[in-house]
Amino acid sequence: MPSLAGLFFWMNIKLENIKKLDVTKPLKLDCGKIIKDFPIAYETYGKLNDNKDNAILVFHALTGDQFVTGTNPITNKEGWWVTAVGPGRAIDTNKYFVICANVIGGCMGSFGPKDINPVTKKPYGLDFPVITIKDMVKAQESLLEHLGIKKLLCATGGSMGGMQLLQFCATFPDKAFSAVPIACSSSHSAQNIALNELARQAIMADPVWDNGKYVLKNSQPKNGLAVARMVGHISYLSEKGMQEKFGRKLQEKADYEFSFNADFQVESYLRHQGYAFVERFDANSVLYITRAMDYFDLSKQFKGGLVEAFKNQKTKFLIISFSSDWLYTTKDNKDIVIALNASGADVSYSEIVTDKGHDSFLLDEPEFLKTLKGFIDSMYEKFKNEKRI
Amino acid sequence: MKNLKMKKEFKVIADLLPNNTRVLDIGCGDGSLMHLLRIEKNIEVRGLELNQDNVKECIYKGLPVIQGNAETELHQFPDKSFDYVVLSQTLQAFYEPEKVLKNLLRIGKSVIISIPNFGYWKVRIKLLLFGEMPVTKTLPNTWYNTPNLHMCTIKDLFNFCDEKNIIIKKVVGVNENKTSLIKKSNLEIKNLFSKVGIFLIG
Repeated sequence: MPSLAGLFFWMNIKLENIKKLDVTKPLKLDCGKIIKDFPIAYETYGKLNDNKDNAILVFHALTGDQFVTGTNPITNKEGWWVTAVGPGRAIDTNKYFVICANVIGGCMGSFGPKDINPVTKKPYGLDFPVITIKDMVKAQESLLEHLGIKKLLCATGGSMGGMQLLQFCATFPDKAFSAVPIACSSSHSAQNIALNELARQAIMADPVWDNGKYVLKNSQPKNGLAVARMVGHISYLSEKGMQEKFGRKLQEKADYEFSFNADFQVESYLRHQGYAFVERFDANSVLYITRAMDYFDLSKQFKGGLVEAFKNQKTKFLIISFSSDWLYTTKDNKDIVIALNASGADVSYSEIVTDKGHDSFLLDEPEFLKTLKGFIDSMYEKFKNEKRI
Repeated sequence: MKNLKMKKEFKVIADLLPNNTRVLDIGCGDGSLMHLLRIEKNIEVRGLELNQDNVKECIYKGLPVIQGNAETELHQFPDKSFDYVVLSQTLQAFYEPEKVLKNLLRIGKSVIISIPNFGYWKVRIKLLLFGEMPVTKTLPNTWYNTPNLHMCTIKDLFNFCDEKNIIIKKVVGVNENKTSLIKKSNLEIKNLFSKVGIFLIG
């Protein structure tokens, strides 16, 4: 494995060659601070047609980025949603123009804690302002303006991507013709916050973290960050799915080693996921993004609660949940459906039966992908007709 | 097959509904009725359906559908949030039809219910003369695999509405391609010759 410092140096060089929009319009954050002249890194797939009615905005999840499909030019690995997006896929890039932006607070080129603070000429670290889901969404709206898209055919996203989408629809009720929030929630539960806190504490307990100042030394609290990632991975799988995948199987050995090495396959899996993650993700970004998720409570923003948040919605919704998802449960998703119903919105809902837990939205889950495709294709026909009239 | 058979019934239901209204179809199946109502009457439709394949089919057609169980999940729809709620041939399959009916009347300003008529003469003969549970085109299942828990006749539902002070606005009897209005005066005879009864109540 190359040294982390070398790796980050190489990553920074590559990050200079990706698509970026410099947002000059000042953005007032929920915390009260104002940011301006900040970068939004993004990627697009497919072609925007002349009528500009085939644009689909994808919001990424906690550890995602703008590289939805194809090969991620920074990591040289497959895009995170290659199962759903691409030529001939459910979200067909031969037909649709797909846009995805890295969230602010992230570490793939958008304004984040790794960036240089113009005042101190050093990376922000913990001087970076605390951001919210609403801030992320508002920042991305500038990108749509830049791309000249008045109304999206569809916006979609799973997990935190779904939360951004709900926020997007509440804040900009006329920007999307249709929306597919997947495996998400309208507010973070105590358990959700607890799991995020566990991830943050793991990072902060690593002495290398040093109050976020590790960036100055070009290092990374990789042990803490790896543990944070392991916590996440446990929450993305279901108990049954995990049992079926790993059971008590041993990792390339016939018997116990009577040591603390990774005897079990599940341990090996978690370690691998943890240490692969530190090569592509910034520890401070995890702190900032998980915080944004914890602060997310859509009903708190509106006096009348969630129903009020979706008042006068013209967007056509399809909510999808997965039966074995215990991170953002079917009930969490149904609460969104109930609120949309109560506000009179056009809403569909489907629960996909699967053992694969929260991760299902990233996997090749045929029933899910067929439903997603069916919805988007039928919405496209409608959107075209509506525009013609 | 199911849809061909149901076409006449759907036509009757569509005729009962005014244009440009908001309609909730409970147990909307593959969305055939919703599609008909949207195309022919410009009705704003919503569906509730339990079966995953049917839900998918509705979504493919661009029809808004919520996957869920009408027995337990009607609470999600607010009071009087629809002009009409339609329940086609499923009342008899609920554990607690009375509770479901109450919920329908809460959600809709009016309710349309259709029932397979257990008072139809062929059904009566099957039980009376042959001593067997009736299996007909409208009631295709046998006793051991039928989803129907609370079979009733047009007369039963008529009397039920009277007892519960539910206003009956219109009742239509359907036999193959023939339809007829059912009133108290012709109830006995229509109860004998209608395969399906369609009630507009509330």
